[in-house]
Amino acid sequence: MDEARDLIDQCVSGATAVDVLCIEGSLLRGPRGTGGFHRFGGGAKPMIEWVRQIAARARHVVAIGSCSSWGGITAAGINPTDACGLQYDGEAGGGLLGPDFRDPGGLPVINVAGCPPHPDWITETLAALAHGSLRAEHLDDYGRPRFFADQLVHHGCPRNEYYEFKASAHKPSDQGCLMEQLGCKGTQAHADCNQRLWNGEGSCLRGGYACIRCTDPGFEEPGHAFSTTPKIAGIPLGLPSDMPKAWFIALAALSKSATPARVRENATADHMLRAPSVKRTKK
Amino acid sequence: MSPESTRRIVGPFNRVEGDLEITLDIAEGRIAAAYVNSPLYRGFEQILQGKMPADALVLVPRICGICSVAQSAASALALADAAGIEPPKNGRLAANLTLATENLADHLTHFYLFFMPDFARADYAGRPWHAATVERFRATVGSAPNQVLPARARFMQMMGLLAGKWPHTLAVQPGGSTRPLQSSEIFRLHRTLREFREFLETVTFGARLDEVAVIAGRAQLDVWRARPGGGDLRAFLAIAEDLDLWHLGRGTDRFMSYGCYREEDRRLFPAGLWHGAASALDIAAIDEDITHAWYAAAGLPQHPATGSTLPVAEKDGAYSWCKAPRLAGQVVETGALARQVVAGHPLARDMIEGHGGSVAARVVARLLELALVLPAMERWLTELSPGEPWCITAPTAEETLGVGLIEAARGSLGHWITVRRGRIHNYQIIAPTTWNFSPRDAAGQPGALEQALAGLPASATKALPAAIHHVVRSFDPCMVCTVH
Ligand code: SF4
Repeated sequence: MDEARDLIDQCVSGATAVDVLCIEGSLLRGPRGTGGFHRFGGGAKPMIEWVRQIAARARHVVAIGSCSSWGGITAAGINPTDACGLQYDGEAGGGLLGPDFRDPGGLPVINVAGCPPHPDWITETLAALAHGSLRAEHLDDYGRPRFFADQLVHHGCPRNEYYEFKASAHKPSDQGCLMEQLGCKGTQAHADCNQRLWNGEGSCLRGGYACIRCTDPGFEEPGHAFSTTPKIAGIPLGLPSDMPKAWFIALAALSKSATPARVRENATADHMLRAPSVKRTKK
Repeated sequence: MSPESTRRIVGPFNRVEGDLEITLDIAEGRIAAAYVNSPLYRGFEQILQGKMPADALVLVPRICGICSVAQSAASALALADAAGIEPPKNGRLAANLTLATENLADHLTHFYLFFMPDFARADYAGRPWHAATVERFRATVGSAPNQVLPARARFMQMMGLLAGKWPHTLAVQPGGSTRPLQSSEIFRLHRTLREFREFLETVTFGARLDEVAVIAGRAQLDVWRARPGGGDLRAFLAIAEDLDLWHLGRGTDRFMSYGCYREEDRRLFPAGLWHGAASALDIAAIDEDITHAWYAAAGLPQHPATGSTLPVAEKDGAYSWCKAPRLAGQVVETGALARQVVAGHPLARDMIEGHGGSVAARVVARLLELALVLPAMERWLTELSPGEPWCITAPTAEETLGVGLIEAARGSLGHWITVRRGRIHNYQIIAPTTWNFSPRDAAGQPGALEQALAGLPASATKALPAAIHHVVRSFDPCMVCTVH
């Protein structure tokens, strides 16, 4: 309590050096710019004031999670608390610290985005900072460490074969690809969830539910229900990253007509109905 | 505040999830009155308005990174209620397993990482158990945290298979689970449970779980403690006796549980109310009072099904963002102790006999649940049937209502949803810590923690005694859920 207050005061005054300021949770500017929705316990000063002051002293500033990166879920709907991120307000640069913020070494806020971020993304980012090896070119356009943000969730998804043939799940617990019907954005989402895995051998897709692109700014307001895919004339609106639309349509039509019965039948079942056939090479 | 009392503001609290501040009026060396304040407002109930009902499953778990599955489970139940559906057996068992994994991990974390480190404080240097407690429980460097964290991480691998990931899964649906398990995966889950059982039996209890589960009262607990076997529970019981934690932190003597873990025709832990005797729980008698909370006064206390959440920056007499839920106008305590008292566990009932809830009783009840729930999880795993359905779907009606009541690690969690024209019209949440850490109500009745702190020794100027920490933490507060 008192010890915690003293320590924080020393961080503001500079008496205690701050190597890395890690912030979890959105920065709440409301009501009416006062920051009064989030006071730091034990005093009258709003949290955003503490963050501004300590950020100005810290060697590095790290946003842990999509809330402190861009505002995140707390900024959804009517954004009742006027929530934003440290250096972004949704997709727009700015946020609490402003677009021009740089730490003494020239780095912007490092956005370990994700809702939640994978624990390894946090520890590996902090390790790289401690090691002194994290440079501006290791961050992507949104300030996210490239070691996880330069992957797509689609990479390594066990449903890839279903995706290839557009053999789609129709209801939760089906084994097929979740892109066409159930809202999966794995082909556009920047993260290595299906390569690094969660809690041993998990990921959203391995758990049977859609990737909601939680590492991207604005994911909290997709403009449609999270678990359904918005379409125009039967074509999903969110196409895979870097894929021309005409090619997608042509390939989807072709692959649908070539779907093996095994893939088609298994896609809408919750367990394997047909196993891959076994071929003998020697007669 | 009376003229001869001094006011002190205490906060922030470390090793508490979220923001907490307590104002103490101190007179004649004791706490004359405590005012518990949540200095953070988050606005989830406002965010949910106008959303598609199913989107609640994405939004509500994100209220909290530690009670995430509990929020999902309450939401899934509310949506199932609104749609008039019931998950198939596999879906129900998977939901039990997922919630139980989170609840048990929370109990373990609370005991080892949040609660016990307070006994390593310098305040206690000189007590016979202090040196051993410092070695074992000091935050981050003790031998216990370094043993518990890997064991917990290993146990949480249950979530990778059951729910894709933790926190913030979408596997828990109104119609069941999105994650069908195949038999080899079920064997892997058995293996993980077996490892966790071994950890608890060797490290935490120094005894088999079934030996702990059948301890039927304080006297038997003392006999059990005197037996060899070691383990951290025995170490805690020695401290509890030395510091008389059995008489510290009495709150209201009313204990409430919504009941949880649905089985074929019952719940593993039933719903109810205990106030010297058992009575049925009347959900219709729940109201939220906002007299002392920063919300626009809508007049009388409101039932959550028709409640509102309209924050105001200033309001006379208000001191918290936490509303004050009451059951038939009364303050109740919720949590593992309440759950086991309501369920009729003889040790839980005996621990509150005569002196009500206490720091020791709350802590022992949590560890008792580890011994009670893990065997149930082993049973649920054997009842799963791969090949049978895991999830059903049903369209939600355009106009409907639903309620979802479950027990999170910290106690009773309720979600109330109203759907109009196919969208969420109203969504109200009462979290466990909202009950336990509520401010005063219109009648001036202090909340459960406020009552538990009143009367403790405290000085107007000197460092506050560790007992205050023990009492606060004995409730295992989760402030981010409180002020959703
Ligand atoms: S479910 Fe999503 S991530 Fe997986 S293959 Fe389909 S589109 Fe890709």
